[in-house]
Amino acid sequence: MLILECPYCGLHADETELAPGGEAHLKRFGPGSSDDDFEGYLFMRENPKGVHFERWRHANGCGKWFHAARDTNTLEVFGTYSAQTTEPPQDIKDKISARRPGWTWREFA
Amino acid sequence: MKRYSVFAVAREAARYHTGWERAWKSPEPKKKYDVIIIGAGGHGLATAYYLGKNFGIRNVAILEKGWLGGGNTGRNTTIIRSNYLQDPSAAIYEKSRSLYEDLSQDLNYNIMFSPRGVMMLAQTEHEVRGYLRTAHANALQGVETRFIKPDEVKKLVPIINIDGPRYPVLGALWQPRGGTARHDAVAWGYARACSDMGMDVIQKCEVTGVRQEGGRVVGVDTNRGAIDCDKLGIVVAGHSGVLAEMAGFRLPIESVALQALVSEPIKPCMDVVVMANTVHGYMSQSDKGEMVIGGGADGYNNYTQRGSFHHIEETVRALIETFPMISRLKMLRQWGGIVDMTGDRSPILSKTPLENCFINCGWGTGGFKAIPGSGWGFAELMAKGSSPLCDEFSMFRFREGKFIDESVAAGVAH
Repeated sequence: MLILECPYCGLHADETELAPGGEAHLKRFGPGSSDDDFEGYLFMRENPKGVHFERWRHANGCGKWFHAARDTNTLEVFGTYSAQTTEPPQDIKDKISARRPGWTWREFA
Repeated sequence: MKRYSVFAVAREAARYHTGWERAWKSPEPKKKYDVIIIGAGGHGLATAYYLGKNFGIRNVAILEKGWLGGGNTGRNTTIIRSNYLQDPSAAIYEKSRSLYEDLSQDLNYNIMFSPRGVMMLAQTEHEVRGYLRTAHANALQGVETRFIKPDEVKKLVPIINIDGPRYPVLGALWQPRGGTARHDAVAWGYARACSDMGMDVIQKCEVTGVRQEGGRVVGVDTNRGAIDCDKLGIVVAGHSGVLAEMAGFRLPIESVALQALVSEPIKPCMDVVVMANTVHGYMSQSDKGEMVIGGGADGYNNYTQRGSFHHIEETVRALIETFPMISRLKMLRQWGGIVDMTGDRSPILSKTPLENCFINCGWGTGGFKAIPGSGWGFAELMAKGSSPLCDEFSMFRFREGKFIDESVAAGVAH
């Protein structure tokens, strides 16, 4: 059972309380963008075996969206952080680096 | 290869079964092949088999990082059906179902195909309308299905409760020619036939890199050394994203866990496959008497081949309402596999941005039923560069908006 700490209400919520929201930090492209950018935003997805960043919602709790950093290969959770950011905060990156030296994910490392 | 037959059984019985030969060889990899297939699951082996049988391409290696059919081929609930809504889906799944009918004879290997009939329950008014539409579409596609009333459902499945309090059975989409087969035997039968044609099925050989020169593939790096090839087929289901990254392109795919479980064996009580898509559960009875149960996929990316317990709980809870008699059954085993989900829930059989590299993936929760048809079409695509069965399933269909939208049509369960 996956357990994530909601960064807003501080609860350690198990996954029956949470709703998965897919890949984090998507760059949005709309009308006027190139076909490549639009396809990438709408359909292409990161699918790493290892470090991954996701959006989650504390659906059966405080109802807030937040971000989580996980390892899809071990189900280890590195940490959760606010939804009000376009990239993972440094302390989360440091936690991942301590456990997975040399990790990269999209443009982040 | 010595053929299997009743005479072979009699002959071996007379000499204490000392004369059986190995079903497939375990060769060392050669330096170069015409075609390398990554992944010796059902789809990879079927591709290799039809490359040899239909196109005479026999200098082929099938590389497998684990053991033969040890991934999703050996983890699914073995349901075979072709009652899809969209024309391209109906074409490839119906081709597949029809190939299953005489696959045992074709491979000289008993895959235990059992055309016992597949029933998809309609438990809401919305589903009734959806399945009526599918039945009409199937009639136009030449796929034999029909919509049946609750009393006929009860006649076919006496153990079902059609007056459930929350989701009564209002009818069902019935495909009498659907059924099940022995999943391991499908992989083993294809592997034996491939090996007999002189192909190399190489187990415990993990691909670690895809080598390319000037935009075309030239070979792969493996834990058993580099192997050259003219053409490469990537058929690795859950790990498609990992291989695509090695080959340098992206896919519209996410890998999630899908679970299944079996009960203790009981006497024969249900001789059809029943799928209840509204409540996310499906069940059939295996030849050993176990009730084989599957449900919906988990909601987040996962490569562990373990799922979350609450999904199992939801599946079983729903099925107990539909089949009250299973409430006292003990469950024997539960397992998970990693399924590769596309946005429109239809597979990808396609050329890739890398020349001479092809990919067959995205079968998601329903790949087993498609094994022969997928192999048939993908072999044609690899040999000739185009295949009427595969062309609509290009990985570039998303950018063009040409989805093959089965996520609503087929429900969640496959």
